[in-house]
Amino acid sequence: MIGKQFVKGNEAVAMAAIKAGVRCYFGYPITPQSDIPEYLSRELPRNGGTFIQAESEIGAINMVLGASAAGLRAMTSSSGPGISLKQEGISYMAGSELPGVIVDIMRQGPGLGGIDASQADYYQATRGGGHGGYRIIVLAPGSVQEMYDLTMLAFDLSDLYRIPAMVLADSVLGQMKESITPNRRPVCALPPKDWAVRGWAEGSPQNVVKSLKLGDGEMEKFHWEMHARYQLLADRESRWEEYRTDDARLIVTAFGSTARISRTAVETARAAGMKVGLLRPITLVPFPKKIYADLSRRCKLFLDIELSTGQMIDDVRLSVERDTEVAFYGRPPGAGSLPTPEEIFEQIGKVYP
Amino acid sequence: MRHDVFIAGYGGQGVLLAGNLLSYAAIHEGRNVSFFPAYGVEKRGGAAMCTVIIADGDTGSPVVGHPSVAIMLNQLSFDKYAAKVKPGGFCIVNSSLVEADTAALPGVTLVRVPMNQIAIELGDARMVNMVACGAYAAVSGALALPSLQEALQKALPARNHSFIPANVKAMEAGAEQVRSAQGQ
Repeated sequence: MIGKQFVKGNEAVAMAAIKAGVRCYFGYPITPQSDIPEYLSRELPRNGGTFIQAESEIGAINMVLGASAAGLRAMTSSSGPGISLKQEGISYMAGSELPGVIVDIMRQGPGLGGIDASQADYYQATRGGGHGGYRIIVLAPGSVQEMYDLTMLAFDLSDLYRIPAMVLADSVLGQMKESITPNRRPVCALPPKDWAVRGWAEGSPQNVVKSLKLGDGEMEKFHWEMHARYQLLADRESRWEEYRTDDARLIVTAFGSTARISRTAVETARAAGMKVGLLRPITLVPFPKKIYADLSRRCKLFLDIELSTGQMIDDVRLSVERDTEVAFYGRPPGAGSLPTPEEIFEQIGKVYP
Repeated sequence: MRHDVFIAGYGGQGVLLAGNLLSYAAIHEGRNVSFFPAYGVEKRGGAAMCTVIIADGDTGSPVVGHPSVAIMLNQLSFDKYAAKVKPGGFCIVNSSLVEADTAALPGVTLVRVPMNQIAIELGDARMVNMVACGAYAAVSGALALPSLQEALQKALPARNHSFIPANVKAMEAGAEQVRSAQGQ
């Protein structure tokens, strides 16, 4: 029996990374995620790993690329402005089919923004973020326990599909403390990293890891292969949570901290006799399209809630049946703009069919 | 039984440590807890606040629009947040620094505790947050004082454990202030 521990969301990420066998962490401090490098700077060397505070975010992501190319489990973490800087490296990793975990504890933007919670980096995370037309796996925890569990999952999915994986949370989830069970790493059969860089001297063929593909048809082939892999990912790895959707006339949908706040609003609505449910995507890439399509045949209306002026709503609209209505309530991120359950309940009342 | 409390003050008053203490005390009593802090970019002097939710089951939303108890450590927080307290709830104010008008909070019980004064009398103004925790325990009945004292062991780093007896006294003084006011 593993005892419960009362920890910050950021600490849960760091604890899970060590349990998942991360060998290298490279990062650069930025609020509201600096607890992750702080924890790992202390604990990772004690657990046989390497911690480096890089000279910049760009340096850090390219160190992740290098360590991953050598076959090691590697990660970085940052927030908005730092994640923007890392996009070049993430694109190179995607082009090189390299696994690696990137944690984004979202803060306000654009620009320097501020340190309060935001979900306005949804587009950046789910559309790849950098140049060249690729996707990364994006996992959206909704509690401190999930910060732990999904960080572990991110490493396994990334290794399994050779696609970089992002844990996308915000400063609410990063800074809040809850009791978690630090579970053991789940068993996951992973293929050997026989693609890792290797020289001639070792007696077997040389392995080169690169994103430069100049051969005739080489890049086109790569893109079709990745396209098929993204489809496989969608078929096998889509994850979501439903709460009281069975008889719901209205389904609230939200991810991360906003889903957590919305769930209390849904409970209030149920107590008031309204048939309201909640659908929370756990994987944002792959987006769990099928469950949206299935539920849209049963309910009258979706209400999408975001801490932005609306980004995930595009994916919701693309996933539901053509004539399903999707209402929206959002607050642009900023100090004092975090919606309350009371506020969301009021919105439910306004649109309830 | 579900309890929620919102604590606000300025950076340096120990708002976050107070929230941590309440959390550890609730965990000591076998309850589930969500602790959600928010603070300005300044190290000291900026706004600091936190919400603690204590529940036997699921803690639900970490954000609460209308808390059942609020602890307001400075005037700015009182002016900004006191009106959010749920009708039937309690607003505990640090009356050393806050001028509070009962008429402004219809349906809410105002509990005045001169926290700075009590802390200074006990030897250190920095114990304002401990006085606040003791007052909260007495007002809400959500936590037993011994659990809060137990929580100090977990919430404070070992190098500060020598201060625990003084902090316990500050908590007891906060609780006593509430009890004597209620007795009047």
